[in-house]
Amino acid sequence: MQQYIDFFKSQRQKIDESCAPLLNAFREKAFESFQRLGFPAYQSEDYQHTDIAGLLKDDFGFYLNHAVTGINPRKVFPCNVPNLNSFKHFVVNGQFYEEQTAMNLPQGVFSGSLNTFAKQYPALFSRYYNRQAAEKGDGLAAFNTMFVQDGYVLYVPENVIVEKPLQLTNISGGNVNSLVNRRMLIILEQGAQAKLLVCDHTTDEKPILAATQVVEIYTGENASFDFYEMEESSLNTVRLTANFVQQAASSSVIANNITLSNGVTRNNYQVDLTGKQAETHLLGMAIVDVQQKIDNFTLINHRVSDCQSNELFKYILDDEAVGTFSGRIIVAKDAQKTAAYQNNRNLLGSNNCRMYSKPQLEIYADDVKCSHGMTTGQLDETVLFYMRSRGIPKEEAALLLKFAFTNDVIGGIRLEGLRDRLKLLIEKRFRGESLKCQGCI
Amino acid sequence: MLTIKDLHASINGKEILKGLDLQINAGEVHAIMGPNGSGKSTLSAVLVGNPAYEATKGEVIFEGKNLLEMSPEERSCWGIFLSFQYPVEIPGVSMVNFMRTAVNEHRKRRGETPLTAGEFLKMMREKQSIVELDKNLVNRSVNEGFSGGEKKRNEIFQMAMLEPKLAILDETDSGLDIDALRIVANGVNQLKRPDNATIVITHYQRLLDYIKPDVVHVLYNGRIIKTGSPELALELEEKGYDWLK
Repeated sequence: MQQYIDFFKSQRQKIDESCAPLLNAFREKAFESFQRLGFPAYQSEDYQHTDIAGLLKDDFGFYLNHAVTGINPRKVFPCNVPNLNSFKHFVVNGQFYEEQTAMNLPQGVFSGSLNTFAKQYPALFSRYYNRQAAEKGDGLAAFNTMFVQDGYVLYVPENVIVEKPLQLTNISGGNVNSLVNRRMLIILEQGAQAKLLVCDHTTDEKPILAATQVVEIYTGENASFDFYEMEESSLNTVRLTANFVQQAASSSVIANNITLSNGVTRNNYQVDLTGKQAETHLLGMAIVDVQQKIDNFTLINHRVSDCQSNELFKYILDDEAVGTFSGRIIVAKDAQKTAAYQNNRNLLGSNNCRMYSKPQLEIYADDVKCSHGMTTGQLDETVLFYMRSRGIPKEEAALLLKFAFTNDVIGGIRLEGLRDRLKLLIEKRFRGESLKCQGCI
Repeated sequence: MLTIKDLHASINGKEILKGLDLQINAGEVHAIMGPNGSGKSTLSAVLVGNPAYEATKGEVIFEGKNLLEMSPEERSCWGIFLSFQYPVEIPGVSMVNFMRTAVNEHRKRRGETPLTAGEFLKMMREKQSIVELDKNLVNRSVNEGFSGGEKKRNEIFQMAMLEPKLAILDETDSGLDIDALRIVANGVNQLKRPDNATIVITHYQRLLDYIKPDVVHVLYNGRIIKTGSPELALELEEKGYDWLK
């Protein structure tokens, strides 16, 4: 940790150099917080199984004052989901890739670089940037704010509906161990609607590629936002994300996180339902094997009455993989008529993989519907035998069952093209075939 | 077609079959009756290779191959079919997907190309009519939310799809009302051919009114203690099993 404090003090000019002054204005306070909080302590209540300081103890190269030059992600990485017509953006090693061609976005919508947004919309930026992260975030969020270089912003003004989905591809690569700190800010004003797909890829398998990512989402009254994230990286990747969601009345958010292949991943979600009749659907699925680790931490705060939250996380583990799920739901004293459902189902494929699951419901209101359920087990032998008795080989039967297990999480995706593509990728993943989405046409 | 010699089998170390002999020829229907716990279901489980059961002695030759050395999937493709007493629900796996995978695995082992989607759906429609299976059921997950009668009909539907040489019906009549029983029995009778055979395992004479057996066996304490004509079933219905012991 000390090396980052020293680095921040000594390299401040370099850290600030290519960023918008407004963005830099938040660093000092974050630095104070980080010095006070440090990285979340390993084996503390919310970090039982992920050692952040340990993961970031190596000497990482930082991408500072870094411009995306010499590469064209559209050529290097022609990500193509068939039947998904989307506005495509790229963030390369934390830096938004600016393109000349206009995107034909609906009137008033901003979809682009964090730095550009800070310059073009200073009032909005100051109002929303780092508000949730500073208030609710831990030392990791502060760390991100200290070093962030760029990222992505989606701003959709009042009553504007972005029909076509937006797609952001994060690409990390390099020859040395490196750490990227990137950011997303999503603002949907009253009545606005949008869908965003974020794909996380690493291009190089050798060095350790670490990334911290802080996402702040604000949905105004009646706004609707779909947030789909897919990680397809390599064993040496470290991905640490903190997602903050604040929802006004009658707004709806779907957050669906798919971990297809990874190294070590920790995803934090903190959702605040602050207006009546807001609803949240928080879904996740992880397929992990070898030594992969996935740790999803969720905290849903029902602060007012009449809101609904629906949580479903499914893990499929094999080999020596480790999965963690923490699902905390807090229903405030006045949050009557709350409906909160949580479900975590895990499938173990070997004797050496491990799953830690911790549902936590804190209910202070007395007129609510809340439930949680958790199961961890292996494929049902009687079902497997039934299928084999019809001529289906054991491996194929297991594959069909694992595939079926993922159905409801994939079914929660409201983009048909993405659903179809994921089904294909999941099948490839289970068959042990190469997953490279690159140029997957 | 099937020759069983001195078959011994156990589950969890407990011996259930204690030297069973049975000979079944193509074109025949054999009924196996017997009191609870006599080993009827164990026999069917051992024939299809349920891993919970262990054959400890004896041999089972089916169409020239030693069944006991084959995996359950190999046995299925070689022509053995079990209509389960308790069909299993498979949430998330559609009937269409399940049956297409099964049919194509059978074809693969015979060296045939997979059916096209059109060919397969045509085949499904034809076979569904044999057991009057609601067409909506095939779009659902396997057996999920099916009634008892629907599950049993679905077993016979799968049998029709896979066209086995030897079908074993394990208490297919249990839990069926008269109409469902007739439909299921009709299905089985329609599938009967000179080159295939059927084993009907049942407690009651009732099913045998619909599926006429050529031979009736009484299984007791892990062995076949009496073999006779269809009249034996009527006699059992009247007298019970005690007089045979």
